Amino acid sequence: MIRSGTLILHVAARLLMPLQLLFSVFLLLRGHDEPGGGFIAGLVASGAFALYLFAFGPRATRQMLRVAPQDLIGLGLCLGVISALPAWWQGQPFLTAQWWTIPWIDFKFSTPLIFDIGVYLVVQGSVLIAVLALMEGDSEEVSHD
Amino acid sequence: MNPEVALPILIPLFSGALSLLFWRLRSMQRLVAVAGTAALLITSLWLLASVSRDGIQVMHMGNWPAPFGISLVADLLGAIMVVLTGIIGFAVALFSLATVGRGHEAFGYFPLMHLLLAGVAGAFLTGDIFNLYVWFEVMLVASFALLILGSEKAQMEGAIKYVALNLLSSVIFLSAVGLLYGLVGTLNMADIAQRLGQLEEGGLVDVLAMMFMVAFGIKAAAFPLFFWLPASYHTPPVAVSALFAGLLTKVGVYALYRVFTLIFNQSPDYTHEILLWGAGLTMLTGVLGAAAQFEFRRILSFHIVSQIGYMILGLALFTPLALVGGVFYIMHHIIVKTNLFLVSGFVHRLKGSYQLKKLGGLYKSHPWLAVLFLIPAFSLAGLPPLSGFFAKFVVIRAGLEAEAYGVTFVALLVGLLTLYSMVKIWAEAFWKAAPEDAEPAPEAPSQREQWLLYLPIVGLALCTLAIGLYGAPIYALAEASAAQLMDPGRYIEAVLGTEVTP
Repeated sequence: MIRSGTLILHVAARLLMPLQLLFSVFLLLRGHDEPGGGFIAGLVASGAFALYLFAFGPRATRQMLRVAPQDLIGLGLCLGVISALPAWWQGQPFLTAQWWTIPWIDFKFSTPLIFDIGVYLVVQGSVLIAVLALMEGDSEEVSHD
Repeated sequence: MNPEVALPILIPLFSGALSLLFWRLRSMQRLVAVAGTAALLITSLWLLASVSRDGIQVMHMGNWPAPFGISLVADLLGAIMVVLTGIIGFAVALFSLATVGRGHEAFGYFPLMHLLLAGVAGAFLTGDIFNLYVWFEVMLVASFALLILGSEKAQMEGAIKYVALNLLSSVIFLSAVGLLYGLVGTLNMADIAQRLGQLEEGGLVDVLAMMFMVAFGIKAAAFPLFFWLPASYHTPPVAVSALFAGLLTKVGVYALYRVFTLIFNQSPDYTHEILLWGAGLTMLTGVLGAAAQFEFRRILSFHIVSQIGYMILGLALFTPLALVGGVFYIMHHIIVKTNLFLVSGFVHRLKGSYQLKKLGGLYKSHPWLAVLFLIPAFSLAGLPPLSGFFAKFVVIRAGLEAEAYGVTFVALLVGLLTLYSMVKIWAEAFWKAAPEDAEPAPEAPSQREQWLLYLPIVGLALCTLAIGLYGAPIYALAEASAAQLMDPGRYIEAVLGTEVTP
């Protein structure tokens, strides 16, 4: 197991995590027309949490996350399915992209974005479940010794 | 706008996501399981109604026109299969409330069940061959996770065989799709069918047809690649086996029906002749395998294999009547086989064993359960007036009309041997006195549990009786769907929206 508690890792994790999360949101939002999107953004975000995990251990990470990774997956999947539905009200086939412009900030909101957010959450949730399970299994073995 | 085409896929996906969201609340998960499968059943009936009223229903997902986007297509066969998925999903959801333990639920039994149903419904409704592959994979992932829930040693052993062979089949399927795409440059099944008709390289098409036949044959558990099925189906919790027994192999059969009526119908002398031999051998090996078994669920598993043979026989003869028989057989089989697995689960709940030698005396203690076993068991063997009799009758009559006497004789013989197996279960589990060294019976199910156990079994038994006694409308349905299958031009026209020149 990686020795957590070195000074450089601690400081770097605290500094890098917000930056990485910000970058992941940037990737998520630019995804529709340019390279980016929910999947890669989710990987970047889970990279941020993984860094924190290496520095401070699983318990601190769970506390910081506040929600369980399972909830992220469930929520993401729900968003994914929900994004298929708005086309129904327009009388179009499911999954047809719907675009709305939010007037004050000139932001184009759309069903592909909802879907991307869903993917973002699912990717984060699945990576976190795997990484947390590996770390916790590892530390259990250590404590048995 | 016809939302009912996509809803049978979206509803289980949504229920699965929802029950994952409620992973802490056991009661909520159970509620979602029942409500979601009930909604699936209702929308599937809606779909069947609109398909039989207005003809083939098509939805181009995301409004991308065919053949560029993915189209969902519901013809009568697809709609019938989705209705059966709904019935089985609902029955198994009820049954699993009483039989799936707390531990299994904690590891995500219900989300996986919904995912499996979504995969099955997706495979029945998609009109795109690569999308079909994707739904197969969704199904495989969900079924693999369900198969190893509980992680017992026997489960792992069965699961390895299951996964190895199914992955092999997926690889063959995927390479066949790739080659087909290289040949015709499209993935939309209707478009493929149209372009293959204009192609002159018959040899290459036959090779591709064989690859698809092997891939789907493994999924359908046809001879000679069926042995993953009896090796794995008796290991998971019984609700899971019932779900698998009813639906999974039939997705393979459905894919064979779809591909070999729509796409590869150029040289039936060659491809369907091979299917015919496969069908005969599948029937025979399955039933002989069952005769040697003494475990409730293993006997039933081998009988799935032998029954698959009848369905493929209907396709292989490739006459209108034979297809009617095949479709009728699928309808009858899914309901009956699931019901038999549910009965075996009930017996296990009462006596704590699946071994016939350790069972006995159930007729004395639970006469109604014995009756409920006899209905699907005799229907499986093909005794009149139950559904299996008419299904077998139509297939065998089609065989005689097509002058395929050898395989028809095999079909009759297999019916007799099926009766032998069913009587064996009856005599051992129900009729004979309980053995002296029987294991102490587990705690008797509570009143509420008994309701949950009886309800799906009674419901499915009533379905069997209804197919047998009021068979005319169902036969008409099978006849109409076979007519659609024999005339792929209608399918192509519905998807591509163009007149087809034969």
